[in-house]
Amino acid sequence: MSSITLTPVANAQAVGKQGSVEASRSGIWAAVFAITMTFAALSSALFVREGSAADWQHIDLPRILNLNTLALILSSLAFERSRRFVDAVLPAPRGMVRRATRWLCVALVLGLVFFVGQLIAWHRLAAQGIFLATNPNSSFFYVLTAMHGMHLFGGLVALGYLVISVASSGVSFRRGLFDAVAVYWHFMCVLWIYLLLIFRTRL
Amino acid sequence: MQESSAPQAHLHAPPESFLRKYVFSLDHKVIAKQYFALSLVAVFLGMFLSWVMRIHLVWPNARIPGLEWISKVGAPGGVMTPEYYLSLLTMHGTLMVFFVLTNAPFAAFGNYFLPIQIGAEDMAFPRFNMMSFWITFVAFLVLVAAFFIPDGPPISGWTAYAPLSAVGKDAGPGMAWGQNLWGISIAIFCVGSLLGALNFIATTLDLRAKGMTLMRMPMTAWAWFITACISLLAFAVLLPACILLILDRTAGTSFFIPSGLVVSDRLQPHTGGSPLLWQHLFWFFGHPEVYIAILPAMGIVSHVLINSMRKPMLSAKAIIYSMMSIGFLSYMVWGHHMFVSGMNPMSSLAFSFPTLTITIPATVMVLIILGSLYGANIQIDSASLFALGFVSMFVAGGVSGFFLAQPSIDIVLHATYFVVGHFHMVMGVAALFGAFSGTYFWFPKMTGRMMNETLGKLHFWISFVGSYCIFMPFHYLGLVGNVRRYSSFVNDFMPALMPVHLFITIAALVTGAGQFIFLFNLVYSRFRGAVASDNPWNATSLEWSIPSPPPFNNFGDKHPVVYHDPYQYGVKGSKGDFVMQDSPEQIPDET
Repeated sequence: MSSITLTPVANAQAVGKQGSVEASRSGIWAAVFAITMTFAALSSALFVREGSAADWQHIDLPRILNLNTLALILSSLAFERSRRFVDAVLPAPRGMVRRATRWLCVALVLGLVFFVGQLIAWHRLAAQGIFLATNPNSSFFYVLTAMHGMHLFGGLVALGYLVISVASSGVSFRRGLFDAVAVYWHFMCVLWIYLLLIFRTRL
Repeated sequence: MQESSAPQAHLHAPPESFLRKYVFSLDHKVIAKQYFALSLVAVFLGMFLSWVMRIHLVWPNARIPGLEWISKVGAPGGVMTPEYYLSLLTMHGTLMVFFVLTNAPFAAFGNYFLPIQIGAEDMAFPRFNMMSFWITFVAFLVLVAAFFIPDGPPISGWTAYAPLSAVGKDAGPGMAWGQNLWGISIAIFCVGSLLGALNFIATTLDLRAKGMTLMRMPMTAWAWFITACISLLAFAVLLPACILLILDRTAGTSFFIPSGLVVSDRLQPHTGGSPLLWQHLFWFFGHPEVYIAILPAMGIVSHVLINSMRKPMLSAKAIIYSMMSIGFLSYMVWGHHMFVSGMNPMSSLAFSFPTLTITIPATVMVLIILGSLYGANIQIDSASLFALGFVSMFVAGGVSGFFLAQPSIDIVLHATYFVVGHFHMVMGVAALFGAFSGTYFWFPKMTGRMMNETLGKLHFWISFVGSYCIFMPFHYLGLVGNVRRYSSFVNDFMPALMPVHLFITIAALVTGAGQFIFLFNLVYSRFRGAVASDNPWNATSLEWSIPSPPPFNNFGDKHPVVYHDPYQYGVKGSKGDFVMQDSPEQIPDET
């Protein structure tokens, strides 16, 4: 084949990057894509099921869902508020860490409010006699809220871990963790709003 | 090897205890070997099932020793019932597709070599990696448990079509807890695969060494990366499908079960579901799944062949772009499994076009490989033989796909042995050949010892000739109307085909026996094989720049720096006719 004369030359192009911040970001966005596909599959199942049979019965959604939605949106906003202090943390006065932790706690509590509110919504629906297998609408409602709730619960655990991490870190903590939890948490909110729209328009 | 001052990505301390070293290891190399061991167990179990099925097909009244012990209901007196045949068929498919073809080429080899080939110390998320394996292992245990429940495994096939799979015990033996265990196992498997895919993606994007651009990654790294992207989206759809199936079976919902369905003289208490919905959800996963099975093998084979030919491919970029196109198009063709399902015929047309289109990048890859082989002075050894065998199997099995892609022809061929022959050759055998090629190629790196070449060549020829003997006649059988998933043909219109079935069964037994040569070679060479140097194949990619077997953190304290693409063969280097990827000897990049 070719016979190129070789001369040793330092030709290091610095293109690769090593660092766990980037890896956390890629990882969490990959997770977001996967979860999106899961809900896309369930959504398309909903649309197909709605179109395929005559037993689609409108259900009155419990009003508490609106409150829950508000709580989740406020939670995302609180999370973003904490980011301002987190950005000022590295390295930073102790006060910034305290304020960041405080807003993260607000986000966590509001997330818990949402979660409990969802359980109350289920309870209210059951009180109306609407259970998982009552009709296809209710099946999808319970399945979709359960799937979202399970993923949100994971997010709550991550958020709790983040609160502890930020609070106990002092000057340095894993920025990658913060960004990853942020993406996931906001995604949970956006996903819920999408689900609520589906519920309002199709169920 | 140059050193760089880039900061450490992440470092987990070397393991101390036995549990941390060999059981709950965070080291991608150990996890890879665990996946490898799991797929070995699964492939031999799946092969054993196929033997039992083949024996039953030819001798339906044969008493198979041991079968009654496993299932009194399924094989009273050792004679298999027709339903138990379907149970074994289901488990054969499920084990092979999930626990062998998704595990071995991707999870096993990918976990071992992706980090090393891109110059990383480990995968991006070692703890997720460990979890992925153990989750997959639990899925395996749950699946295998189905053998040991009174009713046996489910009879609905690895595709678990509703409503058969959804109505519960009325549908037949194994359709109560057997199907539940199947659904739970696959759902758990989905979670493990999703975590694994996530890991591969983050590792490839963010942990590449200095100088390792995406286009400088080896073919295998590209194949694993694209496979991970496909996996991520495919398993994310199978998981809700399995959940909905389990709910239909246990919670009284009606996602997949229509109204008015009478099974075993009992009206099913469900209304308005759509069996077609299951097919759509399943095959939306199922078709990308077959590319998940084959793409890593394509990468491995390309990688091995380049090394054996001592020259690069005519166009590595074309192969990489072909792999990307295959990945992308794989999401558009799922309906070709459903041409005769009763869906709108216009949909069939819409799926037929991309199905035929996807043959283009696959053909491009094959043509580039063949074109590169032309005039090459290829070193023949077990690894390169299996790589060449892959090309042969992929083409021979793939060509029947052209026929199946036409809805009109598929009306005749659907659910016949023609389809079974097609997918066994193009996916089953080809991917296994890729895995074998990878094993013979990388065994020296993983263990520090060479596998026995004579046994390897013997293994190849038995497998190659044997696979053709088994699966080529399947196409003929399908063309004359031999239906698949039937447990016997002696009492209907097909006794005339029995000599063909007999030939296939004997070929299957012989080919299967030949696999024990491989198993023996693996174990023997691990302990008594000739000691291997660090680079016995004079290869160029990064895994060959480190000791065999690699140290705990792959590159020791050094960080590799990469200077050019990984296939600098056929050039005069300081080490021979090649230049290693981390050598600063000046080579122009492939344009």
